[in-house]
This record gives sequence, C-alpha cells and structure tokens, in this order.
Amino acid sequence: MNRYGAMFDRLAGAGGGAFGAFVMLGDPDLPGSARMLRQLVQGGADMIEVGIAFSDPVADGPVIQAAAKRALAAGVRVNDCFGLIAEFRADHPDVPVGILTYANLVVAGGRQHFFDRAASAGADSLLIADLPAREAAPWAEEMRRVGIDPVLIAAANTPAETLAAVASIGSGYTYCVTRAGITGTHAEARFDAALIEQLRGLGAAPPVYGFGISRPEHVRSALDAGAAGVICGSAIVACAAQGGDVAGLVARLKAATRNDSPPQ
Amino acid sequence: MRLDGRFGRFGGTYVPEILMPALEQLEAAFLDAQEDPAFASELSALLADYAGRPTPLTRCRNLPSNIFLKREDLLHGGAHKTNQVLGQGLLAQRMGKTRLIAETGAGQHGVATAIVGALLGFETVIYMGAHDAERQALNVFRMRLMGAEVVPVESGGRGLKDAINEALRDWSASFETTHYLLGTAAGPHPFPLMVREFQRVIGREARAQMLDQLGRLPDAAIACVGGGSNAIGLFSDFIEDDVRLIGVEAAGKGLDGAEHGATLLRGRPGILHGAETYVLQDEDGQIAESWSVSAGLDYPAVGPEHAHLKDSGRATYVGATDVDALAAFKALATSEGILCAFESAHALAYALQLADEEPDSILLVGLSGRGDKDVAQAQQLLGPSA
Repeated sequence: MNRYGAMFDRLAGAGGGAFGAFVMLGDPDLPGSARMLRQLVQGGADMIEVGIAFSDPVADGPVIQAAAKRALAAGVRVNDCFGLIAEFRADHPDVPVGILTYANLVVAGGRQHFFDRAASAGADSLLIADLPAREAAPWAEEMRRVGIDPVLIAAANTPAETLAAVASIGSGYTYCVTRAGITGTHAEARFDAALIEQLRGLGAAPPVYGFGISRPEHVRSALDAGAAGVICGSAIVACAAQGGDVAGLVARLKAATRNDSPPQ
Repeated sequence: MRLDGRFGRFGGTYVPEILMPALEQLEAAFLDAQEDPAFASELSALLADYAGRPTPLTRCRNLPSNIFLKREDLLHGGAHKTNQVLGQGLLAQRMGKTRLIAETGAGQHGVATAIVGALLGFETVIYMGAHDAERQALNVFRMRLMGAEVVPVESGGRGLKDAINEALRDWSASFETTHYLLGTAAGPHPFPLMVREFQRVIGREARAQMLDQLGRLPDAAIACVGGGSNAIGLFSDFIEDDVRLIGVEAAGKGLDGAEHGATLLRGRPGILHGAETYVLQDEDGQIAESWSVSAGLDYPAVGPEHAHLKDSGRATYVGATDVDALAAFKALATSEGILCAFESAHALAYALQLADEEPDSILLVGLSGRGDKDVAQAQQLLGPSA
C-alpha cells in the first residue's frame, strides 16, 4: 500500500481526518524552506503538499503568488525543489508528499523526465493546477507508471461526467475545492456534502478539501461534510511570511481533525 | 466540449478545472451562434453600420506599388480589435452575462472592450499591467470615458501577461455573471477558434477586393503577430490558395538578445494561458519577459494556430526590429500620408524588404491599426523634427 493509503487507513482507524499542510518550496529560501517542512511535521501534519514556484500562477491568490515570487527571487530552481523533497523524504519515510505546480514546468524538460525526477525524489503525488480532467488522461498514465499518484480537482460546479473522469483518472486523493475562485479565498467556505457523496459513489480517491481552510471550524465542517481530510495553504504560508508560529498553527488546525475535538 | 480545440499538437484547454464549465458554455454558445442566421445578421449589421466595414484595400502610390494595404486602421476604434469584440459582446448577451472583463497591454483591446461594453450595456472591468497603465495614461482615460473600470495589475512584471493572469483569476470566481473577453486568438479553446472566426472577415474582404481590383490573388499575405489575431484573420481565407502566408514577429532590439517578442522564432513549445503553443521561457519553464517597441506585440506566447502553421510549414514567420518598424512607420507617413500602428509597421517593414527583392510579386499587408496611440512615442524616438 502506498503512503496515502496507509495514512488514510491509520486515521480512519483512529477516528479522524487527515490534515495536509502546504508550503511553497524555496520560500523564503532553501534552508528556510527545509526548516518549515520540519515544523509542519512537528505541528502534526499528516500529509505535506509542496508548491514548485511558477512565474505565472493563475490559480493562486495573492498569498501564494507572493510566496512563489519570493522563491523565484531567491533563485530557487526546479531541481532545488526536488532536492528539498528528497532531503525531507530521507528524514520522514512515511509522510506522504504531494507536489502542486503548473503544466509548463512539467513539460519544459520533458514531461516523463519531470515525473521520473519527482518519483526518485520520493514524492507521492502530483497536482497540476492548469491540467483539467479533459487533458489529464495521458499525463496520469505516465505518472502512475513511475508510482506517482495523479491528483485531480473536483469543484462544486464540476459536471457529473467530469467527476466520473476525475474518479477514474485520479488517485492518491481527490482535491475538492469549496467554491469558485483561487487559493486563499476568504469568503465563508461552504463544504458541499453532496460533492463528497458523489465522489464516494463514483469510487474516487479519498476527497480532501482545499481552498478556504484557515480556521479550526473550517476543518471541522469540511470533515463533517464527509471529507477524508483538509489541506491548508494560504493561512500557513501567510503565518510563515509574518514570522509566526507555524508549528502552533498546524497543531491547532490538526486538533480539529480529531473526532474528540470540541464541537464548533 | 464538442470540438477537440487543437491545431495539430497545439491548443487545448489547460485551465484550472473550475473554469472548464465556463469554457464549455462559451463553446456551446459560439457554435450555436455560428448556426444561427439571426446572430450572423446582427453581427454583420454592427460591423457595417457601427464599425464601418468593409474597410478599404489601398494600393501604395509612392511606396512600391506592388504593396496593397488592408486598412483595418480605418475601422471604428482604430484597429481590427473591434471586429471580434462585437462578436464576443453579442455572444456574452446570448449567454445572459452582465459583466465583461478583459486584459489589455497598451490599451487597444481595453478600449475596444470598453466600446462594446458601452454599446451593449455591460459593466466592464479592464485589467492592465500597472507599468502599462502608467505609460498609456491616455488610453486609460479613454476606457474610463466610456464607462469601463480600469484595474492596474501590480503582480509579476506588471505587463500584459500579468493582466491576463489577473483576468483569469477574476473569471475563476465570476464566470456565472461574467464573460472574459480575451483580446486575441490565443488562450484556451474555444478562444483561438472563436477569435479567428470573428477576424476572418479581414481576409475574406481582402481576397474579394484583390480579385476585384487586380483580377488576381496576392503572391503573399503579410501580417504582424503578437497574439496573432489580425494575422490569423488575414490568413484564414487564403489557406487553401497558392498564397504565401508570412507572419512578422517583433524582433525588438535584435533576435540575438533577450529583448524581443519573437515567440515563434525564439521560443519553444510549452503551455501558457490555457494553450499548448510556443512560449518564451527559460530552461526550467519559467516564462520570460518579452520586449517590443509596440506593446501589442509584447507577449511571450502566441496563438496556437500560428504554432501549428509554423510547424506544418504552411506559414513562415520572420522578425522585424524596433528600428525596422520605426523606419516603416515613418516611410508610410511621409510617402502615403498614413499613420499606422507600430504593430502594423512591423508587417510593412518586412513587406518593403520583400518588395525590393521581388518587385513583381503582389504583396498584401494587413494594416491592423492606426498610429494615433503611438504618436507621442514616435516623437520621443524620432525627435521633434521627425
């Protein structure tokens, strides 16, 4: 069983959901980023999502855009990012690591080459923000061949036939988004139990909610809607950028994933 | 989606999943409209009675007389952009949208979108790189005069590609009420196809006018290529003919350096703004900043159909530098009494060179826009005595 499967099984047995923490690799620089990854695990993150910075991140709001800009300004290259993942993997053999990035970085050096490098660095999954299910099938096939789970996005407005494609093409987990928009959206998140139910019915990989998770009550409502976990990005990145206590923030959000956490 | 949205290996729909329903709705509305005679007649009436079509075909008198100019500079709004904003504006109405968003570089497409927003009664928001908004204050004011809101974009290089990024972000959250009126034949399917079909009128008219005035087709059709909408509009009705198709990219300060917008000549295949196409980029795939004296050609990607026409060999692409373009701009002004846009001057620059090499060839040049917007910059570059 791969790392995602083992993690979801363990958490389900313990009666709780997964907490995924996102950071941009190389933000603010390589050593700072390596420290940040360790803090996420210390805070209790079950799975780590890492961004590889792209110059033109159309799916991202201001917080993640700024993080990408800092990483690129620090001269961080794609190979450095794989280096950070490999280093993290050596210290944490069991924590699932997913890469979030954009299509042009994947194809620039040849898409198979990118997948190979991701696999040998020890990454478990790859989510390409500008690769919808309509385009994803051949990419997903190549990823799976080297042991990388292709993670696809399901949104509240995604039509049923696309959800079926997401279910059949995607693996590892399914990245669910709460509402229209970009990362870091602060509007009151609505977690759609119907979407989760549909995905479960289609046999999709475990649904995990991203976009708009910044407080313990968001975590609780996402899990109450039936999600297998949540991913928090902008809140963590903003906290780190302000020099805040990232491990503490992760610990507070993680606490809300436990079934015995106080009701909100 | 009903069509695959590809031109050979290029094109496609590389956008976040959340935008796919918006593209599907747009494709359906566009394809339905194509079959609807009422849509065609409404658009034709607007093009004729509001925008001033057909535009003339002018044979040069003092420059080499084998050069014919397709005069999109005489269209309302001052450039070919008006053709397709009217088409997309009518489509937005059919889809029941109440708001238009658009990106703009120097402001030409922003002005065109503000025009259609005022005419058809949309709330209109134009994203413009903050750097461009500072340089083009007069166009910002034009858009505001017509009731559009102009939002300066501070992210990235504060230019056209950043304005597109921001428009895509807006659209991700607003597509239920908002149409993204993309300004060129680039971006995800169905934009490249749809914009081509709305611009095809340029080549259709020019072809008939050539036959009418000269009794034959040109040997070559020449147009400048930034995103590529005026070029694809000029080329499309000549694809099946024995007519050379030549796209002229911005060679900027020279193709040997980094300061140019020659995506097809110096870029390599990649994925940007929703399409697989040629892209100016570094080894890792980070998008490069382009350069041209003409803001309309200052874009690090290009419409995917041009990528296909290049690879299939049906069209050829060449470069004209800032210096070449400025010389052609001045030559057209002094010899023919026409101030053309810096963009169009790139096409003319290559045509002048070709006319010299091939005095017997008939050359059709897409004069995509007028030069009023560039006069202040021309004065700076040429000096007050021109």
